[in-house]
Amino acid sequence: MKKLKTVLGIGAIAVASFFIIAADHIDAPAVAGGNSDITDFYAFQGQNEDNLVFVANLQGLLSPSTTGSATFNENVLVEFNIDTDQDNIEDLVIQAVPRNGKMYFFGPIAPAQTGLNSMIQTNALTGEVDITAYGSAPVITTNGGMSFFAGPRDDPFFMDFAQFSEIIAGNATGFNSPGADTFAGTNVMSIVVEVPKSMIGGSGTINTWVESKRK
Amino acid sequence: MMKNIKILALVLTVSLMTFNCSKDDDNNVKSNAPDFSGTYVQEDQMGRPAVNTVFVASADKDTYNITTPSSQNAAFQSKFEANLLALSPAYANGGTNALGQDAATFTGLLATDVLNVSLDGKTTFFDGENVLTGRALADDVITVELLLIFGGEDFSENPGLSNDNVDANDKTFLTSFPYLASPH
Repeated sequence: MKKLKTVLGIGAIAVASFFIIAADHIDAPAVAGGNSDITDFYAFQGQNEDNLVFVANLQGLLSPSTTGSATFNENVLVEFNIDTDQDNIEDLVIQAVPRNGKMYFFGPIAPAQTGLNSMIQTNALTGEVDITAYGSAPVITTNGGMSFFAGPRDDPFFMDFAQFSEIIAGNATGFNSPGADTFAGTNVMSIVVEVPKSMIGGSGTINTWVESKRK
Repeated sequence: MMKNIKILALVLTVSLMTFNCSKDDDNNVKSNAPDFSGTYVQEDQMGRPAVNTVFVASADKDTYNITTPSSQNAAFQSKFEANLLALSPAYANGGTNALGQDAATFTGLLATDVLNVSLDGKTTFFDGENVLTGRALADDVITVELLLIFGGEDFSENPGLSNDNVDANDKTFLTSFPYLASPH
């Protein structure tokens, strides 16, 4: 056990900020905690099994008292990337960007350019939805088989991050049982879009990731 | 010359201000269409949970976020492997995880930070049967990753480190859209 602790100690120095805030919360200095900081990304089969659901969460660890004033930034584009031919380059994108209290959605569509810089695919507006206010029932719109939501939700991520920090710091040798969810009681700003699988490749395996991009 | 530049700058400033004023003019019917123009430059990205936070050294975190997935393996796999070997004794002496992957293979998978998603069936990070077919809200992704990092060939190694013993969210997810629970 002592050897393990030593190994972990070396690991902590080498990795420096192992699990700083897990999933992707506050993952890097340039974005930490800001309005482009992606906290989490999910992709799963919908209630309608012919559909896939994409979730992007931003701005982690919002307390109930700060959630009401949290907003999406109009200069930040959230882009779901979909690779359908296994080269890890996006063949399709779904873009979400807010304007005047609404979230606008474009795609799925082949992007004009792949990579780090994006233009909004204004030729492919597929939906828009009022950004749900904190404390209100979720506003949902549908169009062409797609469903759209944007607004504050409970952070679905769960982990005993505090105890992990203690382990890494050398103050503990393992997790507690039961553990304590560091993310309990906190909110995120969520963008949820559900899309027919037929629009994103139909069958097989896709590779997907989410990006935030600033104008 | 300098003076000309200043005048030009002044003219530009005035014209920009004029443009802004007209843009906010409610009597202008054209102002109803939102402006989506411009180039958006990447700041953050994410595929699988916790990859940047776990495997990328502090100095590289911003770079990792702006390296396209197709370039990540070449740039980061060897660093990931060194970090994994320093962090977990489970991979020492050719040890593997429960997927049969040694340190090079496992970090080769992780360095390209995309989420693999099946369009043909159950979508889960790992449910004991399906591996990396998506990520559902209720998936205990951290315990899965801890098991793969620390748990060794049969998930039995380093038991105190391979499960954080937080197995579920604090709120129940919805069965229908938008699936995430209402905020606290």
